[in-house]
Amino acid sequence: MIPLLGISTQALFGQLLLGLINGAFYAMLSLGLAVIFGMLNIVNFAHGALYMVGAFVAWFLLNTFHIGYWPALVLAPVGVALLGMALERTMMKRLAGLDHIYGLLLTFGLALIIQGVFQNLFGASGQPYPPPDLLKGGFNLGFMYLPAYRAWVVVFSLAVCLFTWFMIEKTRLGAILRACTENPELTRAFGLNVPRLITLTYGFGVGLAALAGVLAAPIYQVRPLMGADFIIVVFAVVVIGGMGSILGAIGAGFLLGLVEGLTKVFYPQAANVVVFVIMVAVLLVKPAGLFGKKI
Amino acid sequence: MTHALPSSQPTAARPKPAEFLAFAVLAALLAVAPLAIYPFFLATALCFALFAAAFNLLVGYSGLLSFGHALFFGGAAYVAAQAAKVWAWPPELALIAATAFAGALGLGVGALSIRRQGIYFSMITLALAQMGYFLALQAPLTHGEDGIQGVPRGKLLGLLPLSDDRAMYYFVLALFLAGLLAIHRIVHSPFGAALKAIRENESRAISLGYSVDAYKRVAFGLSAALAGLAGGAKALVTQSATLTDMHWTMSGEVILMVLLGGMGTMTGPVIGAIFVMAIPEVLNRIGGPNFSQWMTVIQGAIFVICVLAFRRGLIGELAARARRTL
Repeated sequence: MIPLLGISTQALFGQLLLGLINGAFYAMLSLGLAVIFGMLNIVNFAHGALYMVGAFVAWFLLNTFHIGYWPALVLAPVGVALLGMALERTMMKRLAGLDHIYGLLLTFGLALIIQGVFQNLFGASGQPYPPPDLLKGGFNLGFMYLPAYRAWVVVFSLAVCLFTWFMIEKTRLGAILRACTENPELTRAFGLNVPRLITLTYGFGVGLAALAGVLAAPIYQVRPLMGADFIIVVFAVVVIGGMGSILGAIGAGFLLGLVEGLTKVFYPQAANVVVFVIMVAVLLVKPAGLFGKKI
Repeated sequence: MTHALPSSQPTAARPKPAEFLAFAVLAALLAVAPLAIYPFFLATALCFALFAAAFNLLVGYSGLLSFGHALFFGGAAYVAAQAAKVWAWPPELALIAATAFAGALGLGVGALSIRRQGIYFSMITLALAQMGYFLALQAPLTHGEDGIQGVPRGKLLGLLPLSDDRAMYYFVLALFLAGLLAIHRIVHSPFGAALKAIRENESRAISLGYSVDAYKRVAFGLSAALAGLAGGAKALVTQSATLTDMHWTMSGEVILMVLLGGMGTMTGPVIGAIFVMAIPEVLNRIGGPNFSQWMTVIQGAIFVICVLAFRRGLIGELAARARRTL
């Protein structure tokens, strides 16, 4: 093994990979936040809680019904999306036209409820979730050992992000969604069912969060508070990237994950705060965010 | 505004006698409260009530929803604890240091976070407070998970020992009433009227020539300073400063107090704080310790109910009813 600046390449690339994975989760969560914010004008504080619910649904499916990872990868996001759509229909919908702080307060309350219930049911400790058989083991690349599951997470989440970008920017459905974001009244006047689109968008956004949760389950332990601190970092990522562009959200997510990973190698004390420090720097230099334009 | 003539300074509404009466009743009730309730609990509750009132100064009167006020409350608690314990400062100096620290920090955080508007503002304050939390977790000065314990309350002005809970309570009560009067004064000053104008219609305020950013920064700093006074007092009352006071859950709790009591009302935050403080006590009494685990869920439910059903809060709703029947 070749040491580099006093740090073994194994440690360096291992942390970089973990950073990339975290970045993938940042990207998926901030993507969902941006899409939801565009349509509902709500910053979804419950996003972190629903990310956790996604992981718990996968864990629950495995331990109760012996339904494995692959079906869970579809079932958990769909289930959470349905839950999200029910919440949107019964609660968020009533906040249309109100000051945006109420959306934040409502979803904060929902996050407290969801996290509190799971804490009471499962305690604060983590539940292990094994990676699927197909992705056990890994490859020796010479300079590092690459666990197969981690490689899969990076590739798969990148694919999901790009698919979302393609859907929103290049398809007819995406065009309709962008029209709703731009001018809901006019879109409605064209005979499109805007309220249904809003509900579906919320479902899609939180479904993405749940998907990230399932992907995270075998890497981190499944804990009731796994999304609580995570969402705050995602908020900082959103401030840095700006919610204006889809590719910007994806890029900012991966980039900040990498930076965080690098910090863990070279100055581990600062790993927790590096994203916030970057946020302060961006606010000072370019307050609108790196890719800032109103969505 | 009753004036027909435009003036360069907005005229503030004159406080009504009813407000003074309410204030006097509140002060009298709180003065005799230790006869019925533990002074220690009361003193802690008053610290939170002052914290909530300080937070309301920002969200209620300038419309800025900070999600990071625990930074000022908890940060000032560390400063007061450090000053009183390590530097052996008297309590009044420790509190001044805590207030000044929080005010300066608030000016900085405010200047940064108002660079983005609306929803971004809340996210930035939350992120900055989380940064402060991690710094407090790792800095040697704050002793990580342990926090600063065994803080001496000292002697007030070198004369009155505060080690007695009752003496401490009356000192906190004096601070609390002074803080409330200060907030009342700020809200009813021309400065406060300008803040309300900014809250109602920011672009209009800008076009009228107000430097909106400067107003927001000062409002943020004042709110943070008063939150710091509350945090410093809490450090003296509980004789400790811990990470709990800096965590985002504390920022959420103070929002809950103000939302429940009524944003933009004078007494609402105080009532809200007392309610929120009383919930775990009541839960303990009816359900035992197992019940209090559901605290988070109950807080979340109050958030949801308040936002969906009564956004004006307890006091705001009462005031609206009273006006309607009158």
